[in-house]
Order: sequence, then C-alpha cells, then structure tokens
Amino acid sequence: MADVAFTPQAASGAPARTLDGPVGARPRSRVTGKRIMIYGALGLVSLYWLLPLWVMVMTSLKGMPEIRMGNIFAPPVEVTFAPWVKAWAEACTGLNCDGLSRGFWNSVAIVVPSTVLSIAVASVNGYALVNWKFKGSEVFFTILIFGAFIPYQVMIYPIVVILREIGLMGSVWGLVLVHTVFGMPIITLLFRNYFASLPEELFKAARVDGAGFWGIFLRVLVPMSLPIFAVAMILQITGIWNDFLFGVIYTKPDTYPMTVQLNNIVNSTQGVKEYNVNMAATLITGLVPLSIYLISGKLFVRGIAAGAVKG
Amino acid sequence: MLDQSHPALDGQSVSIRDLQLDFGAVSVLRDLNLDIHKGEFLVLLGASGCGKSTLLNCIAGLLEPTGGQIFIEGKNVTWAEPSERGIGMVFQSYALYPQMTVEGNLSFGLKNARLPKDEIAKRVASAAEILHLGPLLKRKPAALSGGQRQRVAIGRALVRDVDVFLFDEPLSNLDAKLRAELRVELKRLHNSLDSTMIYVTHDQVEAMTLADRIAIMKGGVIQQLAAPLEIYNRPANLYVADFIGAPPMNLLRGDLRGTAFRGAVNVPMTGYDFAASPKDGATVFGIRPEHVLVGEAAATAPVRAEVTVEIVEPMGADTLLWTRLGEDDFRIRIDGQTPIRGGDRITIGLDPARASLFDAATELRL
Repeated sequence: MADVAFTPQAASGAPARTLDGPVGARPRSRVTGKRIMIYGALGLVSLYWLLPLWVMVMTSLKGMPEIRMGNIFAPPVEVTFAPWVKAWAEACTGLNCDGLSRGFWNSVAIVVPSTVLSIAVASVNGYALVNWKFKGSEVFFTILIFGAFIPYQVMIYPIVVILREIGLMGSVWGLVLVHTVFGMPIITLLFRNYFASLPEELFKAARVDGAGFWGIFLRVLVPMSLPIFAVAMILQITGIWNDFLFGVIYTKPDTYPMTVQLNNIVNSTQGVKEYNVNMAATLITGLVPLSIYLISGKLFVRGIAAGAVKG
Repeated sequence: MLDQSHPALDGQSVSIRDLQLDFGAVSVLRDLNLDIHKGEFLVLLGASGCGKSTLLNCIAGLLEPTGGQIFIEGKNVTWAEPSERGIGMVFQSYALYPQMTVEGNLSFGLKNARLPKDEIAKRVASAAEILHLGPLLKRKPAALSGGQRQRVAIGRALVRDVDVFLFDEPLSNLDAKLRAELRVELKRLHNSLDSTMIYVTHDQVEAMTLADRIAIMKGGVIQQLAAPLEIYNRPANLYVADFIGAPPMNLLRGDLRGTAFRGAVNVPMTGYDFAASPKDGATVFGIRPEHVLVGEAAATAPVRAEVTVEIVEPMGADTLLWTRLGEDDFRIRIDGQTPIRGGDRITIGLDPARASLFDAATELRL
C-alpha cells in the first residue's frame, strides 16, 4: 500500500469514511397525513364529478322497465343500445322524427364556419395589434376587450334587428356571423398575448428578409403558433357547440343546432318520459366537445401556458 | 433622384445626418451624426440604455426616426423599407425561424426577393461553405448549438449579398469560450468580405478587438469616435476613461497649478500632451492600473509614492493590487509572478506621459 498517497480515493479495502448519523437522501414515508388528505380530497372531488356521468351512461343502456325499478346507480342487467339509436335517428321534436341527427349536422354547419372565421379574423387582429401598432391601436384593443364584458342579453334584440335588415335572420349564416363577432374579444386577446410572447427580433429579422404583413404572418408566425391555434379551436368549438341562447333565438326549427333540439327532446311534455333516450341524447350531444378536449388536451395546456407568459 | 449619390457622401458607406428619435416626450437620439467608411468595422459601444441598439434599428429601418437622414451607399434610405436598404442584420437571440431548416432560414429572404432558384441555391451553398454550415443545412434550429445558430444567423445576412452588415450584440448569448472563437471568426469574415460592418455591444473586449473605430455612446450622444487604441490611450472625457479598461482607470481628484497636478500626489505634468493650454482649477488625474510602475521601474520614475497593499487579486497572467492613494481607491496591475502580499508597503512610480487629465467641472480631457 505504498502508492496509497497517490490514489487516496481509489484504494480498495480502505476503511469507509462514513460516520454514524444520517447518510445520503432523507428517507420519506409513503403514507403521511398530508398525502392522505390530498388523495382523499382528490378522490372525493373526482367521485362528485364522475357520479352523474356514471348514472347517465348506465341509464342510457337500460330499458324503460329496468329504469322504473329504481336503483339508478346499478349497472344494467340487460344492456341495450336501442335508446342510443332512438335518440340519434328516431326521437321526435315537433313534426320532425329524425332524431338528433338533424341537429348534429346543423351544429356542424354552424360550428365549422364560425370557428374558422373567428380564428382567421382574430389571429390577424392579434398579430396586427402586437407587431404593426398603428395610431389608436391600444384604444381599439381596449374597446374590443370591453366587448367581452357586455352581457349577451342586452345585445339580443339589436342583433335581431340587424340580422333582419341584412336578411340573415333564421339562417345558419346569421348565427355564424353572431358567433364570429362574439368570439372576437377573447380570441383576439388570446392571440395578441401569444404573439406578444414571441421574440420581437423574429419579426424584425423577417422584415429585414423582405417579408411583408402577410408573409411574416403566414410563413413565420403561424407555423410556430400551432398550440395557440389549437387552444382557440377548442375554446370556439366547445363554446359554439354548447351555445343554446343564440341558437334558439337566431335560427328556426329546420336549422336548430343540436343543443336546442336536445332541449326539445328532453323537455317534451307529451307521452312517457323516456329517461334512457334522454340520457343517450345528452351524451351524444356532449360527445363532441368531450372528444375534442380529450384529443387535444395536451396542446390546450401547452398553448394556455405559452400565452400566459407575457400579458 | 434618390439613386443619385451626393458628392458629400463619397467614400461613405453609411452616413447618419442629424438623426433624431423621440419616444413621446423622451428623446433617445439627439442630433446624431456619424459617417462610416466603406469596408469599415465600426463598433457602437455603451452601457444598456445608451441608445446604441436604437441607432442600429434606425439604420436597419426597423425604427422610424423623428428627424434627420440616413444614407447607405450614397442612397437616401430614410424612408426605405428594411429589405430595400441593402443591409443584413444579425440579432442577439439569433431570431432563426424555428419551423424552417437551416437551408430554409438562409433562403427565406432570397425567396421573398423572388430570386431564381439556381441563384438561391448558389448563394446558400457559398454561405454554407464560408460558415461551415454544409452538414447542418437540413437541420432545424432547435437541433443546433448556440454557436451554430449564430453562424446560421450570420449566414442569413451573408446570402443577401449586402453592402452593410448590422450586428446587434450577436455574441452576448454565447458562453465565454465560444464568444472568443466566434469573435475571431467574425474578424476573419470581415477581412475576407470587405463589407461595412456596424456592431453593437456592451462588451469592451469585443469592441477593442473587432473595431476599426469605436463610437462610445451615452444618453443617445456619441462621446468619442476613434480607433480602439486612441480611445484607450487618450479618452476624450471622464465617462470614456472610466468605461474603457478593466479594471477601470484610477482617478485622483485635485487641482492643476500651472502644469503640475496637486492632490494625493503631486505630479509635474512634464511630457504630458495637453489637449488645450493648461488652466488652473479643479482637475481629475487619471492613470490606468497597468501603467503604474512598480519595482525597479518605479525607482527611476519621474514621480514616486508609497502605498500599502490592502487586497491582492491574483489572476494568473497578472495580479491586481488594491491600495489607497489619499482618499481614492487606487488599483495597480502587476505581473502575475511578483511575490506581494496584503499589508506590504511598496513604492509606485507614475509617468505623466501615460496619464490623462480631465477638467473636474466639464469632465473633458485637458
């Protein structure tokens, strides 16, 4: 062991340098009062939210005789999909007996153009407000945001008059216009904050490279803003799909969106209340926003976080 | 008419005339005049907020000046778009387009200018060759290191085949070693291209090593515009003297009587090159830490003083001694191998020829 002085750390068999007392990482017990509290609270809240869904799904899969026996929490003894078929294709609202399918396609015809239009306009708004500040752009923005705080109810009648005057009352396009306008403040704010969080030098570099207003927007900024487009899409699709108020006011029975039709099915006062059909109809209506969120939930969180960095 | 070069602009690559920029009531640049020769490497140096980046943005056309004119290669570009000015710009944060490949980044400007495809390919290839970007052309910026990203950013300016390059603190985001490497690469690039380069930085080492001339700015005003050594040896005012040099110049307060400085030490200023005829009054005497003589050299110096060493900071190549002379801190830079310890009493020598005198009131060089 003559060479021990040169390799003091490599000497194997040397006495361990560790003394008594705590060593290394501190041990943590898996079950603590704090954890029980946290998981207990989480479990309770989840139960609270999931129970209604459970009841809905179970009821929609039962036949009416089984429902009349009570036991709303019990799973079906005999599983049947007949209520789902009926809700989709046969349930009656007024004179139409083609189920929710009509409302579904109406809603699609409303949601798709409203979402595309509102996002197209609002993203350009946000981009211009951040990167091409003009005289009065701040005032313009303030007025636009103010629009988000005006209660819908006071606007209903003036919009009826406007739609009547431009001949869009009762048509799908009238509703599309209303949704596009009402989505503008919040979606513009979303895009403005996102674009403000992007480095300004990127915009400057693109200007030096000779790109114009549309070139910078379409070829530099949009390709790197997919998360925020996903967020805007989710907000608009869910918001417009779930809308009831504008749908019931600005369209007519032929063009009613799905939510209005659902209400008409569930709240019909004639005959027996078919709980299983009602539950199935409600689930079908809710399926679209739900699946949108499940598919793009990750993008949603990322986009919201990115937009929140700078105000 | 815009294309006609004015005779006053002969030999000027960039000429800035009476430039004024206000943000509301705050004026950032005031009556700024600056002529930059063809092929010159000019560094705009100053602390943050001095207006150097603002000036560069004005030259690039990214900020609209409130008053004055900008000429580039004889053309009045005051109202021109950034892309029409014949400039390429490199930013501190690289500002690469993240969703485009390196090749896409390099060719974006050329595509916007609607150049033919083979011309674009030729220019991208030659820029990639100069900057050693060949193997990286198909990669996206996220897959590049900081140094590679900055080379792509330089390449983006290079492919545009411009007369004037603008650099906005291009090396500030890199670590010290890479910064030194890229600095040399930039110098090499300038030597081989012969184009005009305007370079904004707050790093005096970059300024001293790269520049043909340095413009030191403070409060939107150019304090001194001269070659690096001239600025180092003969700073025009107290601000420049204090800003350039690390550690900064030692400054002693006192009075000038005839041609002798009286303060913590009395220095007859024989051999000093007065900028104007000497005038009695409150004066600041400045001498750089590395120009203070110690040891044998001090013994034969024209002026000598005794100081006590308070703190010794060995840095390997040289050692910094902190002492006090009268009321003021006094730093001395000596060879790294000299055996001196805190508490030692040493004799120092001052050579008036290497000193600087400033008027205490106007802060200008005497």
